[in-house]
Amino acid sequence: MLNYFSSDYFFSHILSYSIWVPVLAGIAVLFTSNDNKPDTTRWVALIGGLAAFLVTIPLYTHFNFADGGFQFQEGFNWIPAFHINYHLGADGIAIPLIMLTSFTTVIVIISAWQVIEKRVAQYMASFLIMSGLMIGVFSALDAILYYVFWEAMLIPMFLVIGIWGGPNRVYATIKFFLYTLLGSLLMLVAFIYLYMNTNSFEIVDFYNYQMPLNVQILIFLAFFAAFAVKIPMWPVHTWLPDAHVEAPTGGSVVLAAIALKLGGYSFLRFAMPIAPDAAHYLSGFMITLSLIAIVYIALVALVQKDMKKLIAYSSISHMGFVTLGFFIFNNLGLEGAIVQMVSHGFISAAMFLCVGVLYDRVHSREIKSYGGVANTMPTFAAFAVLFAMANSGLPGTSGFVGEFMVILGAIQENFWYAFLASFTLIFGAAYTLWMVKRVFYGEIANAKVAALKDLCQREFLILAILAVMVLALGIYPQPLTDMTNATVTQLLSHLMQSKLPVGLPSGL
Amino acid sequence: MENIRYDLITALPEIIIVSMAMFILLADLFLKPANRIAIYLLAQVTLLIAAYITFTTHVPSVSYAFTNSFVDDAMSDVLKLMIYLGTSLIFVYSRQYIQQRDMYRGEFYALTLFSVVGMMIMVSGQSMLTLYIGLELLSLSLYALVALDRDNAKATEAAMKYFVLGALASGMLLYGMSMIYGMTGSLNIAEISGALIGADKLHSVLILGLVFIVSGLAFKLGAVPFQMWVPDVYEGSPTAMTMLISSVPKLAAFAFVIRLLVQALPSLAIDWQQMLMFMAVLSIIIGNITAIAQTNLKRMLAYSTISHIGFMMYGLMSASTNGFVYAMFYIVSYVLMTLAGFGMIMLLSRKGFEADKLDDLKGLNQRSPWHAFLMLIVMFSMAGVPPTLGFYAKFSVLQAALQAGYLWLVVFAVLMAVIGAFYYLRVIKMMYFDDPVDHHPIEAPVDMRIVLGVNSLALLVIGLMPEKLMELCIYAITRSLS
Repeated sequence: MLNYFSSDYFFSHILSYSIWVPVLAGIAVLFTSNDNKPDTTRWVALIGGLAAFLVTIPLYTHFNFADGGFQFQEGFNWIPAFHINYHLGADGIAIPLIMLTSFTTVIVIISAWQVIEKRVAQYMASFLIMSGLMIGVFSALDAILYYVFWEAMLIPMFLVIGIWGGPNRVYATIKFFLYTLLGSLLMLVAFIYLYMNTNSFEIVDFYNYQMPLNVQILIFLAFFAAFAVKIPMWPVHTWLPDAHVEAPTGGSVVLAAIALKLGGYSFLRFAMPIAPDAAHYLSGFMITLSLIAIVYIALVALVQKDMKKLIAYSSISHMGFVTLGFFIFNNLGLEGAIVQMVSHGFISAAMFLCVGVLYDRVHSREIKSYGGVANTMPTFAAFAVLFAMANSGLPGTSGFVGEFMVILGAIQENFWYAFLASFTLIFGAAYTLWMVKRVFYGEIANAKVAALKDLCQREFLILAILAVMVLALGIYPQPLTDMTNATVTQLLSHLMQSKLPVGLPSGL
Repeated sequence: MENIRYDLITALPEIIIVSMAMFILLADLFLKPANRIAIYLLAQVTLLIAAYITFTTHVPSVSYAFTNSFVDDAMSDVLKLMIYLGTSLIFVYSRQYIQQRDMYRGEFYALTLFSVVGMMIMVSGQSMLTLYIGLELLSLSLYALVALDRDNAKATEAAMKYFVLGALASGMLLYGMSMIYGMTGSLNIAEISGALIGADKLHSVLILGLVFIVSGLAFKLGAVPFQMWVPDVYEGSPTAMTMLISSVPKLAAFAFVIRLLVQALPSLAIDWQQMLMFMAVLSIIIGNITAIAQTNLKRMLAYSTISHIGFMMYGLMSASTNGFVYAMFYIVSYVLMTLAGFGMIMLLSRKGFEADKLDDLKGLNQRSPWHAFLMLIVMFSMAGVPPTLGFYAKFSVLQAALQAGYLWLVVFAVLMAVIGAFYYLRVIKMMYFDDPVDHHPIEAPVDMRIVLGVNSLALLVIGLMPEKLMELCIYAITRSLS
């Protein structure tokens, strides 16, 4: 008989545990639903979130750093009629993101502690379930399994923005849902097309399937529709500022820290290895879009009056670095992009939490409602300035590592790419520091700011944890790069091999 | 003598239901209103007995009865079991509703059982005449059911519309059948398909006959451009009847299409494929776009039905065994979703309050999180979002269409599905994001709550494990279409 609690069973099904522990914890939280006693709910959620985080730790400790392939694989036939398998596995790119997801969920649960007062159980459950589903996206090795997680994750996010969001939440959340759905359905068509030719939904089988260039381009564009919306790339980014502004703090944190990474990760998992020739063929196009995002969106961020909107645009600009790193096809760029994804996960989460701290006290996200906050909230100001520096890519913080690697990679490819990309260091500093100046420094602007109380222990705790992560990753990024190294090398060598069918002229 | 006994045994479930329906009509006369529950239980037991017989007498092979005009094969047995199940759910959901509206009488149960017999004959018809008789028995029972609430002006209007347009459709169908009969000299499905093998496929009478048959079928299914009756009838009928019209008869209509088009007229596949293709695309456009403008939930679901039928036709128009399997899977999923959706409307309704406006759903999450959650599953399933059943339904028919080479039609359907998602999301928005207007506590019998819970959760559970249902559909279709 199988012993579900033995350590052997645990280590051979660790990804399943990472997915289903938070989901089950979320369902358990729903059963504690009682708005008169929200503390029980909160504690159950926190314990569930911590358990879910602890479960993912062996992914790092038991990781084989020399192996660039999929590890911790497990699976069974899920729907034999369609050859769909429940097949999980994770490589050096997925595992940092999985751990980031479970980590962020704990932060979100703590950050919502006293802030969310209506329907606490549903709020906590949404985030726990969403966390499990996103880990599912990162670890699925079967296209339909991946798709199911990818779409299912929209449902809790839709509810989070819609129920606990700001005044214009309905518009924002429906826009978010429909934008993403449109893209993903096209991706589904691509999956079915690949299935018809390979008779399998296994991602690895897709990797080995050869296609002429014009088919590859169509497949790539179908994936592009799904992932570019998610990342988001210019010009399909418009849902993001709306969603961020209206979402509650926790929603913004998860959106920025993880949901955007789903898009970036999926480019590496699907679009590029399945259609490598199309990826090369269209790399100019992708790089152009990335550079527009980096430069133009940074300028847009500069003129924002709403702090959350500013950070949202800054996210798009930073994600431009990620896609730039992908499509210059070299080791440095790719690895830098992955570091950038993880680092942006910490920094954007921290920035949104900082806005949340202010919003909970003053109930305004407008920059002009503030001024001189540093006088009344010195500790908070110290944290905020640190994260702002990280966001503008100051050396010593995690924001610097990724951007620097991508710029170095870009120079190898083309000087002008690097030249344009490095503008972000100027613009990024400009919009972030200008916001910091207007919000934190100067005279105390009004009575509300004068009455502000500094961080409570709970807020201090989460910001401190994030600050440690940001600095640690900035000073010593090696644990992360060690993890991704083998995978990136293997991925690049796959990307450099043409998948055009032998004997057919390309373009047919 | 032996033959007659065999015939009667093959049709035993039908015979039992007809007898019980008549017995219910009689028994109703002798029962005090307080004891009406007996009628309800009798109707449920009837379905149970029929299900038991269908299930135990099932053999995987095909057998014919009544001089080859009646068939008992895997598809008919599976669909009949689904029909019993669906009807039984309808009885559970509608009991309180019809009690509160003074329709809790033997007629409701007897007429519904007659319509069930009609569906069963459609499912088992092996001759065009049998098929037609089944269809008429179903239709006439439904017309009467819609008009059951005599003093309800809207329902009477709906019944009138339903009757006139339904009769027109029946006429067209019959006309088409007569042309096919004229060309082939037979009413029997197998003989027709045999006679057509060497025939001139471009003969105008044949094509004209096909056009009439397809139009008649489209009328009954509610596919564009023959959909005009659907929204009016859905909205006007009492919700219990709307639920009946919109759910189980679609299973019978599916079998009808399989018998007539796939089994009798496979030689004309190229022609009916094209017709289905146009109707499928139009149904998806009109259904999804018009649904956005609706404020009445029943009307919205009517347009949603039209688009679902369009999606189902994607499976049929592929004209492959896989396509038919997936179309069957789609229609079974559709019936489960529709039952749960209308069940929820009836759960929220009470005496003098129909709960059929979209606004009536406002703030349901605050009134009852559990029921809001169930409706959430139903809506996401209708929109085709994983991990619900509706996703696999759409996924499979689109796959069939892609395999048949309709790439751009599939892309188009996908775009339309996004538009469709909008109005389902709006329902969720009403339930979750808005504050309640109606503060009445939800009153419903325990059995209804439990069954509705199981029905809605089934959409999620089967969505996670669709294999069994898919196997059932594969079994039904491959055994019957060999």
